Amino acid sequence: MVTTRKPFFTLRALTALLAVVAAFGLGSGKANADTLKVAAVFETPIEEPWVNQIHVALLQAKKELGIEYTWAESVKSADFARVMREYAEGGNKLVMGDAFGAERIARRVAKDYPDVAFTFGSGIGPAEPNFAVFDNWIHEPAYLAGMIAGKLTKSNTVGAVAAMTIPEVNRLCNAFCAGAKEVNNKVKCKFSFIGSFFDPPKAKEAALAQIEQGVDVIYAERFGVIEAAAERNIVAIGNMSDQSELSPEHVVTSVVWDMWPTVKQVVSLVKAGVFSSQDFGQFSFMGKGGSFLAPYHAWDKKLSPEIKKMVDERKSAILDGTFRVDIDESAPKSE
Amino acid sequence: MEVFDQILQTGFFAALIRVATPLACATIGEMFSERAGVLNLGIEGIMLLGAMSGFTVAYFSGSLWLGMAAAAASGIVFAALMGLLTVTLGLSQHVSGLGVTMLCSGISFYCYRLIFGQPSQPPNVQPFESVALPGLAAIPFLGPVLFNHVVLVYLVFALVPLAAWLLYRTPWGLALRTVGENPQAAASAGVPVAWMRYQALMISGALFGIGGAYFSLAQFNAFTFGVISGRGWVCIALVVLGRWDPWRCALAALLFGAVDALQLRLQSSGAIDLPYQLFLMLPFLLTVVAMAMLSRNARAPASLLVPYRREER
Repeated sequence: MVTTRKPFFTLRALTALLAVVAAFGLGSGKANADTLKVAAVFETPIEEPWVNQIHVALLQAKKELGIEYTWAESVKSADFARVMREYAEGGNKLVMGDAFGAERIARRVAKDYPDVAFTFGSGIGPAEPNFAVFDNWIHEPAYLAGMIAGKLTKSNTVGAVAAMTIPEVNRLCNAFCAGAKEVNNKVKCKFSFIGSFFDPPKAKEAALAQIEQGVDVIYAERFGVIEAAAERNIVAIGNMSDQSELSPEHVVTSVVWDMWPTVKQVVSLVKAGVFSSQDFGQFSFMGKGGSFLAPYHAWDKKLSPEIKKMVDERKSAILDGTFRVDIDESAPKSE
Repeated sequence: MEVFDQILQTGFFAALIRVATPLACATIGEMFSERAGVLNLGIEGIMLLGAMSGFTVAYFSGSLWLGMAAAAASGIVFAALMGLLTVTLGLSQHVSGLGVTMLCSGISFYCYRLIFGQPSQPPNVQPFESVALPGLAAIPFLGPVLFNHVVLVYLVFALVPLAAWLLYRTPWGLALRTVGENPQAAASAGVPVAWMRYQALMISGALFGIGGAYFSLAQFNAFTFGVISGRGWVCIALVVLGRWDPWRCALAALLFGAVDALQLRLQSSGAIDLPYQLFLMLPFLLTVVAMAMLSRNARAPASLLVPYRREER
C-alpha cells in the first residue's frame, strides 16, 4: 500500500515560522542609528570566570555608556570565524571576546573588516590595522595577596591550584609566591595544575592534596578550591572576582580583575572614531583600576592592623609607581 | 622515597576512595548494559544530566536525597530513549549513544541557564557531609580511610556485591547474561530479550545519574560546566579493564582513583621534577597499560553491539 505521509514541517509552517522570526528580528533591531553596536564572542560558557569578567564589564557598558550589546558563548574554534563575521557584517562596530584558542582565526577575520574594531583577550600582541588585545594583568593584587598569605601561614607553606602553565596563569602564581616570600623567607610554595580551565571537582581534590601536605593558605586560581578550604577550615584567596560570598569565613580576600577600565576605554575610542590597534593590557593594571585586592569583608576584624597597614603601604607604592611587581611567566615549581 | 611517603598517608587512601566512588558507580552501570548487549555511550551526557537535575532538585527542595532520586530518574528516562533507539529500532549503538550524550549535554546546559539565569557565582547547596560510622571509624588507619565518607560511598561499597549477586546468583542475572551472549537462545527459552535490555539500560541510566550527581552534590556543591569533564568516557575503558565483572570493575575504578589521587600529591610535593602534563596523564596511561596487560584476552559479551531482531539469524 502506498501512503503519502504529511511532512512534519510543511512548507507553509516553515514560511510562517520564518515570518515570525523576521518580525522579531526587525523589532529588536530597531536601534537608534547612533547607538554603538558591540558584540562579544566567547569560547566558553559565560560562567567561566575569565570570560565572565569581560561579560560583566560589557553589561555595565550597556547600562552606563548606552551601547547595544549582543554576545555568543561556547563558540568553538570551528565556528569562531563564522560568528565573528556574522557580527562584523551585522553592523557591530566593535567586536570583543577571548581569542586564546583562536588567535589566528580571529586575526584573519579581523583583516577582512577594516571598519570594525576588534579587541580580544590574547596572549600575544596587537595587529594592524584594527586588532587590539588585552589580558588579565592582575599579578599586582596577586602579589599583595601573597604578602597576606605569607603573614597568615603558620605552617610556612602556601599553595596555589591553577589551570595550566600558560603565561596568564604563571605570572599570577609566581607573583603570589614572591609576595609570600618577601614577608616571610621561610615560606615554601606548592603548585598544582588541573590541566583544564574548568573542572571544579578536580581542583577541589588537588586543593585537598595540598592541604594534607601542610598548605594552610591557598590561592584559588581556579574554581573549586575555596570549597576544599572551607571543608578543611584553612584560609583561601579568591581569584578573578570577589569570591568572599562562597565562604566568608575562609576567604580572606580575592584577586580581582575588573574589565571595566578596558571596556570603557575601548568603547570611548570607537565612539570617538579614533580606535587603533594597540595593547590595552595596561588597563588591567592596578594603576588604571583594572585589578585590585577585594575588600576583606568578614576578615576585616580578623586581620591584624599591621598586616592591613603593610598591604595598604605596598598598594600605594604600586599605585605611585615606586614599586614594580616582577612579571615572571616561567612555569612555577612546587617546593 | 617520595612516592612511598605519599602512599603511606591515610589522606591518600581516603582521596582514592572519593575519586573512585562515582567512577565505580557509573562503571557498574555500564557493565550491566554491556552485559545485556548494549554499549551505552550515553554515559557522559547522562552523568552531566544527573549532575544538573540532581543539583536543581536539591537546590529547590532542600533535600539532597530528593536530588539524588531526580538524578536517577532523569538517567532512567534517557537510558530508555537509548533503548528505544538501539533495542526497539535496532540502530547503531555507537551513533545512538553519542547522540544521547550530545542531547543530554545540551539539555543540561539549556535547562540550567533557563532555571538559574546567568549568575556570576554559581548557586550552591550544602553538600553531603561525611558520616563517620560509629565504632568502625575509630579503627586506626582503616577507620579514616574507609569509614569516614559521605553515605553515597558506603552505598557504592554495597552496590558491588549486590551487582555480583544479581548477575551471577539470580535467574534474572542469568537471563541478562544470556541476552548479552546469545539472544536467540534466550528468546527460545522464553526470555523477553528486548525487555531485559531495557531493564539493563535503565539500571545503567540510574547509576550514571547517581554517579553524575555525586559530583554536584557530594564532591562539589554546585552544577557547573566541566563538572563531568570526560569521566564518563573513562568508565567505558574501566568496564573493559574490569572484564565486565562487578568486582573487577570496582577494582579498576579504585586503580584509576589511586593513580589520580597519587599524581595530584606528587605534583604538589615537588619531589619529582616532571612536567605537570605527565602527572595528569598518569591515570589514563596506567589504565591503558593495565588494559593491555590484563584484559587482552578478555572476551566482551558476544552480542554486544548486535541488535536483536526476532526470527533473524
